[in-house]
Amino acid sequence: MTNHDVPQGGFAEAGADLELVGLTKRFPGFTAVEGLDLTIPAGSFFALLGPSGCGKTTTLRLIAGLEEPTAGRILIGGKDVTTTKAYQRPVNTVFQSYALFPHMSILDNVAFGLKRRAIKNAENLAHEALRLVELDHVGGRKPTQLSGGQQQRVALARAIVNRPALLLLDEPLGALDLKLRRQMQIELKDIQSDVGLTFLHVTHDQEEAMTMADTVAVMNKGRIEQMGPPQELYELPRTSFVAKFLGQSNLFSGEVTSVSRTAMVIDASGTKIEVPLARAQRHTGHVTVGVRPEKVSLHVAAPEASAGRNVMGPGRITDVSFSGVSTQYEVTMPVFGALTVFAQNTSISSMHRDGDEVWLSWAVDHAFGLADDTDGASPRFDADFDTSMIAVQSRKNLEAELEGA
Amino acid sequence: MAFTAFSSSAATQPAVRRKSRAALFLLLPGIFYLILFFVTPLISLVITSLQEPDPLVFGRFVNAVNWQNYAAVIELYGEQSARSAGYAALATLFALLIGFPLAYFIGITLRPYPLLQSLALVLVIAPFFISFLLRTLAWKQIFSTEGPVSGILSSLGVLGPGEAITGTAFSVIFGLTYNFIPFMTLPIYATLVSLDLRLLEAGNDLYGSPATTFRTVTLPLSTAGVLSGTLLTFIPAAGDYINASREFLGSADTTMIGNVIETNFLVLQNFPAAASLSLLLMAAILVLVGLYVKRSGTEDLL
Repeated sequence: MTNHDVPQGGFAEAGADLELVGLTKRFPGFTAVEGLDLTIPAGSFFALLGPSGCGKTTTLRLIAGLEEPTAGRILIGGKDVTTTKAYQRPVNTVFQSYALFPHMSILDNVAFGLKRRAIKNAENLAHEALRLVELDHVGGRKPTQLSGGQQQRVALARAIVNRPALLLLDEPLGALDLKLRRQMQIELKDIQSDVGLTFLHVTHDQEEAMTMADTVAVMNKGRIEQMGPPQELYELPRTSFVAKFLGQSNLFSGEVTSVSRTAMVIDASGTKIEVPLARAQRHTGHVTVGVRPEKVSLHVAAPEASAGRNVMGPGRITDVSFSGVSTQYEVTMPVFGALTVFAQNTSISSMHRDGDEVWLSWAVDHAFGLADDTDGASPRFDADFDTSMIAVQSRKNLEAELEGA
Repeated sequence: MAFTAFSSSAATQPAVRRKSRAALFLLLPGIFYLILFFVTPLISLVITSLQEPDPLVFGRFVNAVNWQNYAAVIELYGEQSARSAGYAALATLFALLIGFPLAYFIGITLRPYPLLQSLALVLVIAPFFISFLLRTLAWKQIFSTEGPVSGILSSLGVLGPGEAITGTAFSVIFGLTYNFIPFMTLPIYATLVSLDLRLLEAGNDLYGSPATTFRTVTLPLSTAGVLSGTLLTFIPAAGDYINASREFLGSADTTMIGNVIETNFLVLQNFPAAASLSLLLMAAILVLVGLYVKRSGTEDLL
């Protein structure tokens, strides 16, 4: 029996646009995805990044057709597929749990999708896909005879072999060791650019998202906080969540005391911090500003105040961790608590020691101002929400909403 | 020297287990039981099946090697044997057709509702709380000429005057099916309840429609349950003598091999015939089951 709802005997010519319009998914007690609007252009490599429980996997399942949305529409290549079933969508998924069929050989697993669409020489194509993930020699084995990493590569081959218009990847490289992970990242990127497929990659690994994707969307509590090219997201985070989830940030908050033509100055517990207006989301009131740790320089003596540089100090180094290329210092300031500084190890003499008194400075141009206002000293592991906590929180919000209505 | 601790050559080989006297000792009661209650009767049955009539006393048998007994019963009871196999096969088929959807419903559809699932499972097992003799008798009442089913069928003209439901092939197969549904359902349920639903999602994701996914994923993964269910139904059903007996749902036209064996042992007291029939039935079932399991490719069941 073959499936007549998807193109027969051939592959998708190229990737397709994916458009989500007001996509919402509510489970009893909490909202996993809330009013998601998103357009992913054809042929792009898009990463959905967020902590566990932020709704990214639910979004993926909605697109794959494994869940039905509570509201909103899903369009693939301009065609509304909201009401169609999973097997009718030109979409394939690499499942986080691999979900390989235990009763079939590796080769049959990979050929499964091809056979459902009555594609000729399915076996040969399956072999080809297995060669791509360097597993052609185990084609005759059963999934349980492979290691976790090998199973993951089979799952990848099983999805890629179908050349879907849209490939969904649910943390597909989680079980691989670093070397294989890098290799697969490159392979994936190659396949994606060769065939021009649209990839939607869901991950909580910010490094993976940044190295592979053209566009990264940071998701939190069922909403997209910020979306853009990885570099833009890193250099100019808009919210404190993004600033902390994507890399590390030193955040300060205070009242805006003066605004010039190009920059504004805030008073963070007595220290003046200047931020370019173009890099700040809000220009009045109580705002939070920040700077990335590698942009900050350490000084053993108070640096002279100069235009275009923010100076802070003195503070004490409370932790030094050496990682070869760079060293991470934790500098504790009486008013701001612990701040992080990355210093390149370009000369041996520049090493600072635990307990040293230091001053910090950074170029005004490297500072950024955030749209939301959180205290700079909020918990460091803020990003580590777990699903049940979010469920409880969302439930409270929903109840409040219902009572209000 | 320290490196030998990490070498995998010799260390990974599990040591051959020492034969333990304790294990043998613990097995003794079981071995004794089997010798007493399985091997002894079996040998006795073989000896009985080869006996010949005592030339002096009528109705007594003496030990001999009389292969003629086997030929005689095959010739005499060929019809009943074929009927047994047919009835048992049909009952197995119907039990599968009813039991599989039931097991699927309980094991997969009800999985998000553990309470309902347990309740449904109890309902499947509940009939066992009442003796199957009583339940079969109850069906006889329901199907009897004065009963509601016959009444309705007669008034509809399906059942002609003087015709009855009991005593027909239908009622016997019905009784067999009814009695063995739990034996079919439970093993299938056991395999379906542990089926990873993500595999079905993967099947759907890879362009398999629900029907195709069922055929290519669900069904192959529940083979073990279907296999043990059919064996648990077919073997006892082929030798069953309650449903087909005249006192229950059968008549003289529905005699199965179990009834023949019963009659020979208890009524005709032709012990050699009964014994050789029993052994033939056993051999036939062993051969059938062997072929079936081999074809299904699941040797680890036996």
